[in-house]
Amino acid sequence: MGFGEFLQGAGRQVVTGGKAYKAWVAVLVAMIGIGLVGYSRQWNQGLLATNMRDQVTWAFYIGNFTFLVGVAAAAVLLVVPAYVYHWKPIKEVVVLGELLAISALIMCMMFILVDMGRPDRLTHIMPGPGSPNWPQSMLSWDAMVLNIYLILNLVVVVHILYRAYRGRDYAKAFVVPLVLFSIPAAVGIHTVTAFLYAGMAARPYWNAGILAPKFIASAFCSGPAVMIILFQILRKTTAIEIKDEAIWKVAELMAYAMFFNLFLLGAEIFKEYYSHTEHLLYTQYLWQGIGNNRALVPYAWFSLTCSVAAFLIFVVKKTRMNWKTLNLGCVLIFSGVYIEKGMGLVIPGMTPDTLGEIYEYRPSAVEWMVAIGVFGLGALVFTTLVNVAVPIMMGTLRAKGAPVEIPGAGH
Amino acid sequence: MSDRNRLPVIQDETAGCGADSPSRRDFLRTAAAGAVIAAVSGCKPDAVVEELQRRHLTELSPARLQEMLGKLEKKWSAQYGKAVTVGARPPMPGVNFGYGLDLSRCIGCRRCVYACVKENNQSRKNPQIQWIRVLQMDKEHGVALNHATPYYDPEKVPEPGHFYMPVQCQQCRHPPCTKVCPVKATWKDPDGIVVIDYDWCIGCRCCTAACPYGARKFNWAEPNLPAAEMNPVTDYLGNRPRPMGVVEKCTFCLQRSRSGRYPACVEICPVGARKFGNLLDPESEIRQVMERKRVFIFKEELATEPQFYYFYAT
Ligand code: SF4
Ligand code: SF4
Repeated sequence: MGFGEFLQGAGRQVVTGGKAYKAWVAVLVAMIGIGLVGYSRQWNQGLLATNMRDQVTWAFYIGNFTFLVGVAAAAVLLVVPAYVYHWKPIKEVVVLGELLAISALIMCMMFILVDMGRPDRLTHIMPGPGSPNWPQSMLSWDAMVLNIYLILNLVVVVHILYRAYRGRDYAKAFVVPLVLFSIPAAVGIHTVTAFLYAGMAARPYWNAGILAPKFIASAFCSGPAVMIILFQILRKTTAIEIKDEAIWKVAELMAYAMFFNLFLLGAEIFKEYYSHTEHLLYTQYLWQGIGNNRALVPYAWFSLTCSVAAFLIFVVKKTRMNWKTLNLGCVLIFSGVYIEKGMGLVIPGMTPDTLGEIYEYRPSAVEWMVAIGVFGLGALVFTTLVNVAVPIMMGTLRAKGAPVEIPGAGH
Repeated sequence: MSDRNRLPVIQDETAGCGADSPSRRDFLRTAAAGAVIAAVSGCKPDAVVEELQRRHLTELSPARLQEMLGKLEKKWSAQYGKAVTVGARPPMPGVNFGYGLDLSRCIGCRRCVYACVKENNQSRKNPQIQWIRVLQMDKEHGVALNHATPYYDPEKVPEPGHFYMPVQCQQCRHPPCTKVCPVKATWKDPDGIVVIDYDWCIGCRCCTAACPYGARKFNWAEPNLPAAEMNPVTDYLGNRPRPMGVVEKCTFCLQRSRSGRYPACVEICPVGARKFGNLLDPESEIRQVMERKRVFIFKEELATEPQFYYFYAT
């Protein structure tokens, strides 16, 4: 009765679930199918199947990647308030946060992979067979920290669940340092990703010190939004108890993050418009358009509206503590940050291009399909992981003969 | 420039593949992985194993490099139906290339663009790749990118009220493009030329994002190079045919310049706006230009310190 048996048990649990679960999984599998169709087209035609060109050389894929790094980072950062405020289900918060991080990281890596011109040469970036360009290249650092972060989360989650499955509590001396280490690591993946952009002097829109703090602030808005909704779903559908206070505390912290995010945005906009240098063009392209080129303008304003509305909802106590408005706020801030950190960051950085040309980018059908596939895959990974983790944490899924109550596990 | 970044120099051609061929252990290690990838991707296992066995260019022994070049020559000779040579010309000692472009002479005829396409085997269509971009600017605004366009198409150039500024890789002394490359697929050689190993590039396009001069072009699809128009005198780091999904750019025609010839664009320019030579030689054309005229570099605020100078001769 060892690890193999644990995997078998987990495997059985993956296919166990009610009608709703199965229907949801079917939807996700269909999404992956759409993605595969799109990617096979891209594989045959090359990246010409996307609407990226030399002028806008990174776009939708990389935007999604950037957004998801934020989700991956923030999910784990919830560990901090969980410790500070002694939330009761701290282990559950840790496990769920890390599961979300794992799924988000898988999506991040998929988005990088589909964006690569030569995915077949992936080994070139690995130490050993390849030649990673350390310490100069931010992308080779990013590949490293993302992988470390992924492994870190996997190890912690698998350890906690495996121990629980066998009816034992996790090894504190092993888990606590790793969880503590994952906090700077979460900040690290986000900072390195921000540096990937901020280090490019050729693109004034990105080349700003404010970028890394802005990344962190917006991540603290989008990541917890997913967690709040998730907590509520799990409370309803499973036996997991998550106190209202915990959720409200998260919401309160999000309000601060949202304020900070909007403040940084305002500071940037002031600087660009007031100083009015040639670098204003990129900001102008996002918010006003340049001439007839206005592809991003509606999105930019939609995103700002979402973010401001969400901020108001979260700042007013009455709406923050009302489930309906709270959830609406979560959806709003998620959409707002998704646009701001994705397309709103990548595209204006490259429009106009370095020689002043304006190429209006809009994602192609293939790009949409591939992105749907990647999100489907990430959601599938997350769904199945949660479906396995919850019964183990609740004691309903155990190895044969293992005690249901975990000795020494307080609550 | 460290030695690590230098192309291995081919000394004699007698060394066969025997002694230096990859060890059996190496082979077994990569063969297993190759089989898996081949199964997944549906590629030919041989090709995949070979791809996986490949090491960074600077780690290859001269014999291994020679063997690789031989294979490429064979492949392309068959594909294009002519005797294709693939050299690996090393940078010449005591040479550091510099380029000068006379803005007062350039008439915007784009002959350089097309001579470059021909010489360097760029993709002809779907998508068309051009390493040189000639920007039309307004005399009224001077050198200003927000008043520039590469898409001018009059009956006759030059047009009144306009002047022209060709831009290509500036062979920066501090190239941001090589700094960001995650796999060291691109580097600056001691003769100043920034090169790309098209068989090592992973197509992430970090360099395209980092280059301030729009010099780097990506192969968005399988390049379209008609056999009849293919230039068979090639160099591995220069104008040899490129695969889909990798980045390419101007190399000062290293297949020519490293053999003591002028780049194609310098030769073709009908008004003599393009000057080229060795910066280390005080008698060279480029040094003479720098001595007699006043030169400037493009986007000097970025401290890339190009080896490509602009000047006004009249
Ligand atoms: S011009 Fe661009 S591609 Fe050429 S060396 Fe400079 S940064 Fe690199
Ligand atoms: S596209 Fe190729 S050369 Fe450019 S940074 Fe990526 S791997 Fe390096």
